Amino acid sequence: MRKKHFRFSFKKLLVYFFLILGAVIMMFPFYWMLISALKTPAEFNTYPPLWAPGNWFNMDNFKQAFAMAPFIQYFMNSVIVTLCCVVITGFTTILGAFAFSRLKFPGRDLIFSLLLSLMMVPFEMLVITNYETVTKMGLINTLPVLIIPFISSIFYTYILRNFFLSIPDSLYYSARIDGASNWKYLWRVMVPIAKPSLVTIMLLNAISCWNSFLWTLMTINSDRFRTLPIGLYAFMTEGGSDFKLQMAASTFTVLPMIVLFLFARKYIVNGVARGGLKG
Amino acid sequence: MQIKLDGIVKKFDDVIAVNNFSMIFEEGTLTALLGPSGCGKSTMLNMLSGILPVTEGTIYFDDEDVTNLPPQKRGVGLVFQNYALYPHMSVLDNICFPLEIQKVPKNERIEKAKEMARLVKIEQYLDRKPKELSGGQQQRVAIARALIKNPRLLLLDEPLSNLDARLRLEMREEIRRIQQETKVTTIFVTHDQEEAMSISDKIVLMRDGFLKQVDKPQRLYDEPNNLFVANFLGNPPINNLVGKIKDGRFVLSDDSASIRVDIKQAKEGEKIVLGIRAESVALNDQDPDFTAVIKERYTMGKEELAILKVGSGELRVYLSSDFSHKAGDTAGFKLKSKGVFLFDQDTEDRVDE
Repeated sequence: MRKKHFRFSFKKLLVYFFLILGAVIMMFPFYWMLISALKTPAEFNTYPPLWAPGNWFNMDNFKQAFAMAPFIQYFMNSVIVTLCCVVITGFTTILGAFAFSRLKFPGRDLIFSLLLSLMMVPFEMLVITNYETVTKMGLINTLPVLIIPFISSIFYTYILRNFFLSIPDSLYYSARIDGASNWKYLWRVMVPIAKPSLVTIMLLNAISCWNSFLWTLMTINSDRFRTLPIGLYAFMTEGGSDFKLQMAASTFTVLPMIVLFLFARKYIVNGVARGGLKG
Repeated sequence: MQIKLDGIVKKFDDVIAVNNFSMIFEEGTLTALLGPSGCGKSTMLNMLSGILPVTEGTIYFDDEDVTNLPPQKRGVGLVFQNYALYPHMSVLDNICFPLEIQKVPKNERIEKAKEMARLVKIEQYLDRKPKELSGGQQQRVAIARALIKNPRLLLLDEPLSNLDARLRLEMREEIRRIQQETKVTTIFVTHDQEEAMSISDKIVLMRDGFLKQVDKPQRLYDEPNNLFVANFLGNPPINNLVGKIKDGRFVLSDDSASIRVDIKQAKEGEKIVLGIRAESVALNDQDPDFTAVIKERYTMGKEELAILKVGSGELRVYLSSDFSHKAGDTAGFKLKSKGVFLFDQDTEDRVDE
């Protein structure tokens, strides 16, 4: 008994060791970015490098970076684009997933397979045709150009559809007998049940919108409509190579996503771990 | 409300699930749709609720033709086998849901929900989520939700099959009690004969989409009108001997034994299945209907289960335990008038009535 207990603990110890190791490796670049952003020039140039800044509240680098480029403007653009994308994509994803899982219409599965096959086409290939389209629409160098091409996602629809399919039919029939319309059933029953999946989807979507680079780089060339990643890129190329300032700007760029993740963590863990529905 | 089914047919592509089904469910009664898996009983229930359209035939609720009415306009309450409770809503919200859809004011629907919760005895769990309840409690919630809109008809699909044995006994009495208190016309589907026998006013026995017999539980057991019904009901199952009528007696098909039976309408030479219920045989050496070898005896308390060898056939019968014959002895037996049936071998219809 004793021996078995000990072995179990040892195994656990080993598991935790590797988990911690993995976490440290993952976290280290972020930590380095953060402390570099908080260091004074003197601290920054010390050799061997310091593992912690002298003052954890030294905002000089941030102030300097903000003075050199309109990061607040970039931030607002990023927020608007991300919010619009996430909300509209969320809406179209829910409706699409419902239609492809619950409604019956001729050719439903064929249409869905065709849509799925589109996922095989890499984004970089679509960029050119999309670019032509938005140019003709006169949307180049506006905020909508960053939103409109991304207001639906086959991948997220696919994930949510599969979750919807796992909800027992009897819930649907029960609601129908009670007089609920499809619309009511979708919003009152399906969406709340799918909340963990939905939050996961929306968060993934938010991260990819927030980090979107190539498309933004191609379609936006004025400072006014730059989002944070592009602003950061421009700052790095135009604003000289002060590493501290770059780290401050980078910290500012990734911070919102980290905060968002921390808030939504509970749902994501639920969404990934449970995936299905009991009973 | 009285429900009348007139020539209901349901086809799934080429497969006929329900075939020319006609009957009347009387107002305020509890009826069981009984049959083996795949006999069309659940299909029948889904057609009554309106989830499935009928292929042919007409459904009347009282005098109203509801055949083409969508589920929400039929005024039925349906309890699913898996209860179909909404997992994200509390028990109270679950029960209120049908009224919420009808846009009944909040106070009113909570009042009504509490009344329903009292009826099914779950008042103390109103704030819980369904997954925090036991199977029996979830069942009660599902019944409350089905009843809150005052349905004209309550349908229960395999209501007890997800419960353990003890809860099953409890819930079947509860279903009976709730049905009698509310007086709602109720139809439930089951494959368990005991469940159907114990609580229903009437049993509808189905097989392969056909209605085989409708009757009160006891009559169905006492007077089956075909071999399937006789075989389906009863535990242990009825004994079947295959043979023919010869010189006014029943003779096994290999001529290894004969049994004196009251042949009534059965004709000489007719091929017969003789059905004998386990409790319909008694020892009688003075005036025996047949003789048999007692192959084995099992004591069951006040009775004994004996396996009798009649020629090449075997009978499992209950005998009162006050007899001295040992296993291996030959004895004379008499058939009781109740529980002995003759069926035609080909049509399986009863031929001794």
